[in-house]
Amino acid sequence: MHLYNLTLQPPTAATQAVVGNFSGARQQEIIVSHGTRLELLRPDVQTGKVSTVIATDVFGSIRSLAAFRLTGGTKDYAIVGSDSGRIVILDYDPKTSSFVKLHQETFGKSGARRIVPGQYLATDPKGRSVMIAAMEKAKLVYILNRDAAANLTISSPLEAHKNAAIIHHIVGLDVGFENPMFAALEVDYSESDQDPTGEAFNNAEKMLTYYELDLGLNHVVRKWSEPTDPRANLLVQVPGGQLASSDRYDGPSGVLVCCEDHIIYRHMDVPQHRVPIPRRKHPLEDPNRGLIIVAAVMHKMKGAFFFLLQSEDGDLYKVTIEHEEEEVKALKIKYFDTVPVATSLCILKSGFLFVASEFGNHFLYQFQKLGDDDDEPEYSSTDYPSFGMADPRTPLPHAYFRPRPLDNLVVADEIESLDPILDSKVLNVLPNSDAPQIFAACGRGARSTFRTLRHGLEVEESVSSDLPGIPNAVWTTKRREDDPYDAYIILSFVNGTLVLSIGETIEEVQDTGFLSSAPTLAVQQIGADALLQVHPHGIRHVLADRRVNEWRVPEGKSIVAATTNKRQVVVALSSAELVYFELDLDGQLNEYQDRKAMGSTVLALSIGEVPEGRQRTPYLAVGCEDQTVRIISLDPESTLETISLQALTAPPSAICIADMLDASINKSQPTMFVNIGLQNGVLLRTVLDPINGQLTDTRTRFLGTRPIRLIRVQIQRNPAILALSSRSWLNYTHQNLMHFTPLIFENFDYAWSFSAELSPEGLIGIAGSTLRIFQIPKLGTKLKQDSIPLSYTPRKFITHPANHYFYLIEGDHRVMSEEAAKKRLDELRRQGKTVDEVVSLPPEVFGRPKAPAGTWASCIRIIDPIEAKTLALFPLEDNEAAFSLAVVPFAARGGELHLVVGTAADTFISPRSCSSGYLRTYRFTDDGAGLELVHKTETDDVPLALMAFQGRLVAGVGKALRIYDIGKKKLLRKVENKTFATGIVSLATQGSRILVGDMQESVSFAVYKPPENRLLVFADDTQSRWISSMTMVDYNTVAAGDRFGNIFVNRLDPKVSEQVDDDPTGAGILHEKGMLMGAPHKTKMLTHIHVGDIVTAIHKVSLVAGGREVLLYTGLHGTIGVLVPFVSKEDVDFISTLEQHMRTEQSSLVGRDQLSWRGYYVPVKAIVDGDLCETYARLPGSKQSSIAGELDRTIGEVLKKLEQLRVTSSGF
Amino acid sequence: MSSELRYTANTQLEHLHARYTGTGHADLSKYDWLTHQHRDTLASIVGHPTLTSYLAIADGEAIGRVKFEMTERMLQPCGPPPRKDED
Repeated sequence: MHLYNLTLQPPTAATQAVVGNFSGARQQEIIVSHGTRLELLRPDVQTGKVSTVIATDVFGSIRSLAAFRLTGGTKDYAIVGSDSGRIVILDYDPKTSSFVKLHQETFGKSGARRIVPGQYLATDPKGRSVMIAAMEKAKLVYILNRDAAANLTISSPLEAHKNAAIIHHIVGLDVGFENPMFAALEVDYSESDQDPTGEAFNNAEKMLTYYELDLGLNHVVRKWSEPTDPRANLLVQVPGGQLASSDRYDGPSGVLVCCEDHIIYRHMDVPQHRVPIPRRKHPLEDPNRGLIIVAAVMHKMKGAFFFLLQSEDGDLYKVTIEHEEEEVKALKIKYFDTVPVATSLCILKSGFLFVASEFGNHFLYQFQKLGDDDDEPEYSSTDYPSFGMADPRTPLPHAYFRPRPLDNLVVADEIESLDPILDSKVLNVLPNSDAPQIFAACGRGARSTFRTLRHGLEVEESVSSDLPGIPNAVWTTKRREDDPYDAYIILSFVNGTLVLSIGETIEEVQDTGFLSSAPTLAVQQIGADALLQVHPHGIRHVLADRRVNEWRVPEGKSIVAATTNKRQVVVALSSAELVYFELDLDGQLNEYQDRKAMGSTVLALSIGEVPEGRQRTPYLAVGCEDQTVRIISLDPESTLETISLQALTAPPSAICIADMLDASINKSQPTMFVNIGLQNGVLLRTVLDPINGQLTDTRTRFLGTRPIRLIRVQIQRNPAILALSSRSWLNYTHQNLMHFTPLIFENFDYAWSFSAELSPEGLIGIAGSTLRIFQIPKLGTKLKQDSIPLSYTPRKFITHPANHYFYLIEGDHRVMSEEAAKKRLDELRRQGKTVDEVVSLPPEVFGRPKAPAGTWASCIRIIDPIEAKTLALFPLEDNEAAFSLAVVPFAARGGELHLVVGTAADTFISPRSCSSGYLRTYRFTDDGAGLELVHKTETDDVPLALMAFQGRLVAGVGKALRIYDIGKKKLLRKVENKTFATGIVSLATQGSRILVGDMQESVSFAVYKPPENRLLVFADDTQSRWISSMTMVDYNTVAAGDRFGNIFVNRLDPKVSEQVDDDPTGAGILHEKGMLMGAPHKTKMLTHIHVGDIVTAIHKVSLVAGGREVLLYTGLHGTIGVLVPFVSKEDVDFISTLEQHMRTEQSSLVGRDQLSWRGYYVPVKAIVDGDLCETYARLPGSKQSSIAGELDRTIGEVLKKLEQLRVTSSGF
Repeated sequence: MSSELRYTANTQLEHLHARYTGTGHADLSKYDWLTHQHRDTLASIVGHPTLTSYLAIADGEAIGRVKFEMTERMLQPCGPPPRKDED
């Protein structure tokens, strides 16, 4: 088995984000780390929309990210700390639109290790040095500078190690132009490691330590070290240093130490200031629960600065420091607003706040005000004795605020993110769809969603209106060449033409010069100010003064096809002749003296747009009934001579020549593509060689069942092609690469560009007798998402075999169920406490109050995916939470389907325990739209996996695998096997075989032998794998993902399989000797790869109608990928060799070796990294051709192979 | 082993141990080994974004809180060291 791993949807989780002027222009950009991917986002200051400039896989895990700017520079660089054991400085090059690695310094081993730096990064605000630190001990300082040619230089590292010190955080201090200084939050463990009494541990001090980089002596010294709050977790830089122009201080310098419940201002040898972190006054809130700051940002404005700190509940606090020169007078904190909990906050100078959410969609907010003059209570350090530091060991009295809807911020944009995907299913349930959809349970807590993902571009309809008849075609046209917007819509019917004018309203007009009594074949704004209409009996040239010059077709003939551009017109007559017209310099349309006989009826014609600065386009493509396409010259030297000919497999139905940019073919100039649509629904895309007119590099794609129509349109000022068949597709250029994506909209019969004041970049289409005007808002996205809100974190969901509903279980730890919360509130009310309206805050914005560990809120939900709504919701009570579910046709009830939900009460996660587990058996009511509880069966542990098996239920209850049958009052335990190591998390079955995925001990093969009622494990894995999900590929093969981001395929020896199946009672297996302290047989690992995301579900599906089956997986951070089996040995050799070359040519942006990344835990085996291979398209041309040369192919052939692998397997 | 050799070998080993925290040696006690294992694991969890997300979802806490608690736990992941027997 050999597989090709391809990511269809890269991870969308943002682990960190930094802001800076990375392109060197005046505009600020944001670099977001998606864990294994870097993305550059550019917020549009006018519209407040965020667009992706570039996104690149780094083939490594990004752990930290920082932006810095050299003193006096205008451009920011990004420093990346990763698991490569290297520090990397990246520069964004706007010319090539790519990240360029400026420096890569090796300091340690690869891997996310305890003492190898990479976890923390801190830069000097003046851009003179950077500190990179590990979790423990190691801290390295690099000096950054410029050389004589103004290039960035980096020094060799200076060590600032401290043995036995756990590092919590580091930050660069703002000291102006004095020696750069870094602050670190460290705990020394050497004493507590030696003290058996535990006293040293209890007295362990968290030290705030300053490290000074002495630029003169070129070494780092520990300048100052003082104990601070033992529960400190985060440091924030406070501005300092003197302005160069005046003597004024920017700020007091120092740091904010964010601790549990407190913020402390701290600096060398100055008094500390401490304020409490205000908390929500919620009656259900546990007053003893600590509150920490998880994200912070400092913003400097002219002569002032402030901080926004975010608590783990998502509340933003504005912190300000009152200071006189270097002396701090007061530290103040107040509630600002509530936004989703972030991993990073970025404030842009243009007044935006970017929130990289830790889970779910990311947001861009716009500041309305800075919370200066509101009546929000403000807490100042001056309100407390000795600025809150009278007794640093005792907490300050609690401060409270009242959470409220956004006041200072408004949402400007939302970036969709699938992170986290907790479960998924792939199937085709939507009507009128020929490709399956991906259903994903996403999100965490009250912001969870159930999303339907469809391959295609989202379409936004703005106008839809009914027409009197069914038109054949639609065009729009301007009146003059330099008009900004279209003036007319022309609709062609079987026996006439209708002209509508676009103005305030769209209404019919008569006196346009167009012939209304005949259908139209083509409409063109020609020359400077004339219009052209081609109808079956002639061509009307409507001049600006409404005079009409008409060319008439000779008697007995008619026009069957026409193509036009701004200066040229070609028509094909029913006599299989071509007539060519060209506009002369006086604006007169002249016929070329000869007509060209084609010898076969012409079905389609196309010419490209006139290239800028030219008189004409030199090539005409003609598709004939004899299944050929001919390229004909329009050059004055050789007018109407045939240049080349291409044979087709079916008669063509449409041809479209378009000049489009595709960087994989030509980086600097658009390529001339000839797209040929056939009557059988196949599209051929060929490249027209501009020099000799030959057609090369043909790629085919099946678009649908109807003959194809092709229309050249404008999308975001770039040429694009709409291909209409039984589905509508758009071929466009995005980030310099060509994309071909279906539109998720009704099928069109015809479409055209549409540009009006209200929709400058729209399209117009006709479907039946409806006219629709629409836009495509998000180019580049391949999956359209529709979501249904959920109440709690989704855990698992399943389908029903008979209907199309989904049954989903949700559960949240540390959250009180609504029922329990109500009870608690009633109790409080009875005690006479006031319970105010804070209680009714919407949880999807503010979250739910945190409850102690072991508290759960959970429910079962029925979802109709077609209507996209929740049909029914069944909350669980008594602190019960659902963990697994299965639809079981119980044979003892005549195969009646039941839903079994595995739940547990009072569950603790680590170590796993519960007061009791339950198997809840439900009967379906209302054709599956409702549930009725039949009975509840107690179990001794948490049932984490359930599955139907031969008319009974198999359950993984803790470490035990059991088979249950249905009884009157309970499920009845029939057989049990308790040999599993940790906990059963996943089950699969075929025949009488059961595959069991263990939490830590990989997949075991078990068999059920009915004669003796035995459940026996006969094979397991040689490696211990922390299984997160698995699926059976065939009877002997299993594909599984583990907790560390690996995917692998294991296979059982067919001989063993046969032997086990032939043994009727299982006595043979029972008495076989175990091997390596496990089952008697072992599976063999066939393939393995590290994908870098925890795989939450794997499915064996076919993604294209009639296509091969692939393994589709979804990952926690929002990854969707496929593993495609290779069909031939030649493909394997070819792609593996390409991968080898790519490894040497395309080095990772974080300096990680691609091979060692893909073999993070186990060496890669028999899987080619498709993501790496696909970067071939982005390589410079010389490298592309040298690799292609090594492979004995042309560049086009390599690209074609890669595209074919992607398209035939996934359709993407 | 001559005393001189033992002396040099020991200093080299000590040097290596000082340099590579967490490296084991022949006389490593169970407690020390376990503590090193736990510290390595905790550091690895904090260093892998997917693992912190995974734990945060399971536990219903913010990622920042998970990272903080993991880092805190590195101080003494396996309780206080056992008492040395007086001999």
